[in-house]
Amino acid sequence: MIRIANGQGFWGDSLEAPVEQVRRGPIDYLTLDYLAEVTMSILEKQRSRDPKAGYARDFVDLIARLLPDLRDRNVRVIANAGGVNPMGCRDALLDAARAQKIPLTVATVTGDDITDQLDKILQRGIELRNMDTGAPLESIRNQVQRANAYLGAFPVAEALKRGANVVVSGRVADAALVLAPMIHEFGWSATDWDKLSSGIVAGHVAECGAQGSGGNCQVDWETIPNLADVGYPIIEAEPDATFVMTKHAGTGGRVTVASVKEQLLYEIGDPRAYITPDVVADFTTIQLRQDGEDRVRFKGIKGHPATKFYKVSISYTAGYKALGQMAYGWPDALKKARAADQILRARLERLGLKFDAMRTEFLGAGALNRMPVPPEVELHLPEVVLRFGVRSHDRKMVERFTREIPPLALSGPPVASGLGLGRPQVEEIVAFWPALIPKSEVHAEVALWRSDS
Amino acid sequence: MAKRQLIELAHARSGDKGDRVNIGLIAKRPEDYPVLVREVTAERVKQHFATVCLGKVERFELPNLEAMNFLLHEALDGGGTFALKADPQGKTYSAALLRMEIDVD
Repeated sequence: MIRIANGQGFWGDSLEAPVEQVRRGPIDYLTLDYLAEVTMSILEKQRSRDPKAGYARDFVDLIARLLPDLRDRNVRVIANAGGVNPMGCRDALLDAARAQKIPLTVATVTGDDITDQLDKILQRGIELRNMDTGAPLESIRNQVQRANAYLGAFPVAEALKRGANVVVSGRVADAALVLAPMIHEFGWSATDWDKLSSGIVAGHVAECGAQGSGGNCQVDWETIPNLADVGYPIIEAEPDATFVMTKHAGTGGRVTVASVKEQLLYEIGDPRAYITPDVVADFTTIQLRQDGEDRVRFKGIKGHPATKFYKVSISYTAGYKALGQMAYGWPDALKKARAADQILRARLERLGLKFDAMRTEFLGAGALNRMPVPPEVELHLPEVVLRFGVRSHDRKMVERFTREIPPLALSGPPVASGLGLGRPQVEEIVAFWPALIPKSEVHAEVALWRSDS
Repeated sequence: MAKRQLIELAHARSGDKGDRVNIGLIAKRPEDYPVLVREVTAERVKQHFATVCLGKVERFELPNLEAMNFLLHEALDGGGTFALKADPQGKTYSAALLRMEIDVD
């Protein structure tokens, strides 16, 4: 049995969670997921300013902090922290190891970044059509920033086999980070569909961090103990591909069949076909059983052969947006916010401003999902926030809009508060273009680097 | 027949994929699952979210988990970084579904 602990659900998640995962109980592997879709574009901006940047700097700080623990406890780390510059991340890791005189072997897993090959790929007749809209990439080619394929678990497993203490990758499918050590330790093959599927399910329940162990959980949420010290998921994996999800003893949170079901259903489509680079998992075959306190056992999971494609995430610039807010207090809070909305729209029209989209929402009065507010509730609302957003390809239009929010405080309905926010910021929109690419077009590369050579 | 609000019988979690929201709906007690399957149809969910879901609603059953997965298309104002919504990832749609009232035996 091996213990795989996940310590990061997204870049920006708790800085302490991975440290706790290593120090508060026995684990063999620590996995860390840093790359949300939007992350690549942020990292690209950082690299354009500094060629040494472009990876998750938090990860290097974390490893520097944990180096003695990782050595003493023999824990290996797998992270997709490389972003758009895995080799820069490698250099920083090796520097940290040398500074502490602790030997470190870093593996890089690359080949996901196909930005520079895009034109050749398109010339070969691969259109990289948008999976949602069907449009060919050609329609936005000159707006493209980055293109990264989601690699699978096998290159990561190869890196472990070759002896890496820390594996740092670019874009690798989140769940594959957890599957990789199982492939390595148990010798699973690329056609062990049921086993691979089981490992992917383990990855899926662990990849969102504490959201799998009591965080953001709707079942009896008020009774979930000590979320201030919530334990992150730990997978106890067996060679036969059954596994237990648990967390360290003494931590807060909760792992029950019910809490696990919530995470299993998170961000999935057809449960019979959860498509990953390595396997197509069938979530309708998962059997769960409570196996002691904060332990859930998984078995029976089936999988189907992987597809011939990798998913590619292509980021592209798509105009500008800005969001302004103004709060209105009792009495008639919602009426005032509605009146302010009308005044704002009239002013924007008089200025001749044109937008691709305008959106009004009333926070506190059903903005989140537009469920109705009963009239007797509306009467007593202590405050309502007018939230007004615009989107345009013309930055000047959006800039001009931002100047119309602060004046509302003095020239609109009464009992208004600007919430201390000032003028809204204009934000460039980086959008995502999901596409499929034949696996033959993408070549994963694994390389090893030692701090003492 | 009596009316019950879904929150008494089920829990849920939601998330996004582009302009789509998925809502996992899970029976609190296994014996209530058939009632959920009978009452919480794709059509009813579409109707419940009529003001935010402009596309179709698909439903998938997971009897092994006493759960269903709903996929709401065109439900996030363009989705992702395009959206001007306060809930651009549809995180609160799960609880919004639990406001639905259904007939139980």
